[in-house]
Amino acid sequence: MNARSDNGVVLTVDPIACRAHGLCAEELPEGISLDEWGYPILPSRPLSRKLLRRAKSAAAACPVLALRVSRSRG
Amino acid sequence: MNATVLWYSSRAVGVVSLVLFTAVVVLGIATAGRASSTAFPRAAVLRLHRALSIAATAFIAVHIATAILDSYVNISYWDIVVPFGSSFDPFWIGLGAVAIDLLIAIGITSAFRRRLSLRAWRAVHLSAYAMWPIALIHGFGVSGGDGQQRWMIALDIVCIAAVLGALAFRLRPDRHPDTIARRWDDATDRPRVSVGASS
Amino acid sequence: MNASSLSTASTAGQNLSAHPDSTSGPIGVARLLPPARITLWPEHQRYYGPVLPTSAPSLADLVRASGLRGRGGAGFPTATKIDAVASGGGRPRGAVVVANCCEGDPTARKDRVLITRAPHLVIDGALVAASAVGADRVVFAVHQGSRSGSTLRAALAERGAAATAVSVVEVPHRFVASEASALVRFLNTGDARPLGRLAPVWESGVDGRPTLVDNAETLAQLALIARFGERWFRSVGSPEEPGTALVTVGGAVPRPGVVEIGTGTTIRTILAAAGASPTGWALIGGLAGRWVDLAVIATTRFTTADLAAAGAVRGVGSIIVLPTNGCLLTETARVLHHLADSGARQCGPCIFGLPAIAADMSALAAGDRMALTRLRRRLPTIDRRGACAHPDGAVAVAASALTVLGGPESSHLRQHLSHHGCRAAAPVVPLGVVNPTRAVSR
Repeated sequence: MNARSDNGVVLTVDPIACRAHGLCAEELPEGISLDEWGYPILPSRPLSRKLLRRAKSAAAACPVLALRVSRSRG
Repeated sequence: MNATVLWYSSRAVGVVSLVLFTAVVVLGIATAGRASSTAFPRAAVLRLHRALSIAATAFIAVHIATAILDSYVNISYWDIVVPFGSSFDPFWIGLGAVAIDLLIAIGITSAFRRRLSLRAWRAVHLSAYAMWPIALIHGFGVSGGDGQQRWMIALDIVCIAAVLGALAFRLRPDRHPDTIARRWDDATDRPRVSVGASS
Repeated sequence: MNASSLSTASTAGQNLSAHPDSTSGPIGVARLLPPARITLWPEHQRYYGPVLPTSAPSLADLVRASGLRGRGGAGFPTATKIDAVASGGGRPRGAVVVANCCEGDPTARKDRVLITRAPHLVIDGALVAASAVGADRVVFAVHQGSRSGSTLRAALAERGAAATAVSVVEVPHRFVASEASALVRFLNTGDARPLGRLAPVWESGVDGRPTLVDNAETLAQLALIARFGERWFRSVGSPEEPGTALVTVGGAVPRPGVVEIGTGTTIRTILAAAGASPTGWALIGGLAGRWVDLAVIATTRFTTADLAAAGAVRGVGSIIVLPTNGCLLTETARVLHHLADSGARQCGPCIFGLPAIAADMSALAAGDRMALTRLRRRLPTIDRRGACAHPDGAVAVAASALTVLGGPESSHLRQHLSHHGCRAAAPVVPLGVVNPTRAVSR
């Protein structure tokens, strides 16, 4: 448990909307990888808040807006 | 400012805008069509599409500003967005105004993309397929045929060829596994295709 | 199908009731299921007694004090659901109660037995739930062409007009079609596919109104609680999960059927009611349940917590016993192929992941050593990546198969790997109706 409470970055995907375009993984390879069928595997724990801007790029890059970014006290 | 300089600037910047918007349309079609290469990943294609659209909009703003500011022809601010009311070249300027209206709608909906439904955003965005040819035709016919010089026509043909090429790519049958797997047969209330080896 | 009661198994026989005007409630575990079918309403009222009108807040308190948990598979506390729906959304639009009588899991037969034997009890429960949440509409969801539908319609017709609008609605015969959010979506749009884990049907469900979706057996229990009170309800069964429960025992047993048990009864006792002894493999909890070695789990009590601690799951309350020469691998492969075909086709990891692990399980049964590696790699990546729990169930049953196989029975797996199969009996795990209009692959 961090002594400083950090605003972690939480990624969620709407699996019904996702069409395996894969742009999210290109924008944020540190956080998102693709499974063998091209669908995103998201981290189970919040990411470092340094990645917030890149995470927002990843969400903006999704052609079907399936990826959402939110902040949590991590 | 010398009226002639403004007038020539407007036309030149207009030509550049057309080229930029052609690139924007081609890149947009490529994104939707899942075009990708190792050199140019899809996210890069999308970023370029968005960056160029902003640049092209800036050029259009200059194109409009110089056209209005110059005293050679009488175009009012109103004529930017209300078509066919200009005292100079009402029809051809009007086409430009229609294109601008569509561009404004596309720009605003894209800026607020996250707050709209995907369907609403896409419906407006698809009007780019109308905006681009209208802009091209506006350039062709405006101001008494300046756009009908040989080199201008050659440029138009190149732009049209680029967009048609992109469309040919886009209209090829969608064989992505996700698209195929999701097809549902409403008649039998079953998926159309069986995925994987079924026993 | 036999329905019998384990009347001697547990109970202290305390039948005190806090309910003001009631006579003592039924003693023992013969609560839900009468000894013979009761389809006529007057007969039903004579057998169970009347439901006395109670105000909504008292009903909610009654359910909370009784500790009733859902009997549809999730085991969610019923009072929590009732509270959420009763306070969800804003008035004046009333809430909606959906009685899930579909029984989508083919290993379970308890709901159809309950509805056949005591349809009016389920109806009573739905109406009690309606007054508890302030609903003016009740829907009984059944699969297309099922007998439960006609039984319920006949029972409702007998009762005549009610204050609430009551209807029986037929739902497409698909495994995921009776998932709670899928039911709500079907009632709204005709599309019977799940909406997603976070669809708040308790706030905005049918017609955008707060909706309570409860299993038929849960509602029947509710009907009894409303008559006899929470102390009566708690007088049988284990304290942390009180009351009785319906369990389906099937597969290779002498007397397959549905038994009513006090919760907390051991698996050995349940199997004994079906004439079986606790040996060999069994699938507990449904197609999305867990494989167990009955010898290991014989003394485990049939409660949500105890089963989970033993590596099993309560699920839809079914136990399918394999014959002594049954093959867990072949059965699992068969189940996985069925689950892969039964998905709603909405989420990539499920659309592609389930057929992949089904193929891997078949390959493992055929002796492919690499299939085990593939399974171990794939199972964690598919888990919890769909909009509903369908892929999670498939992953869980596959993982439990590998766990159980890898234990003392690992000799069986070795036989598959060296001999590319085993001499197994015909499969016994029921898969339900296989849609005759199967899709053609391109």
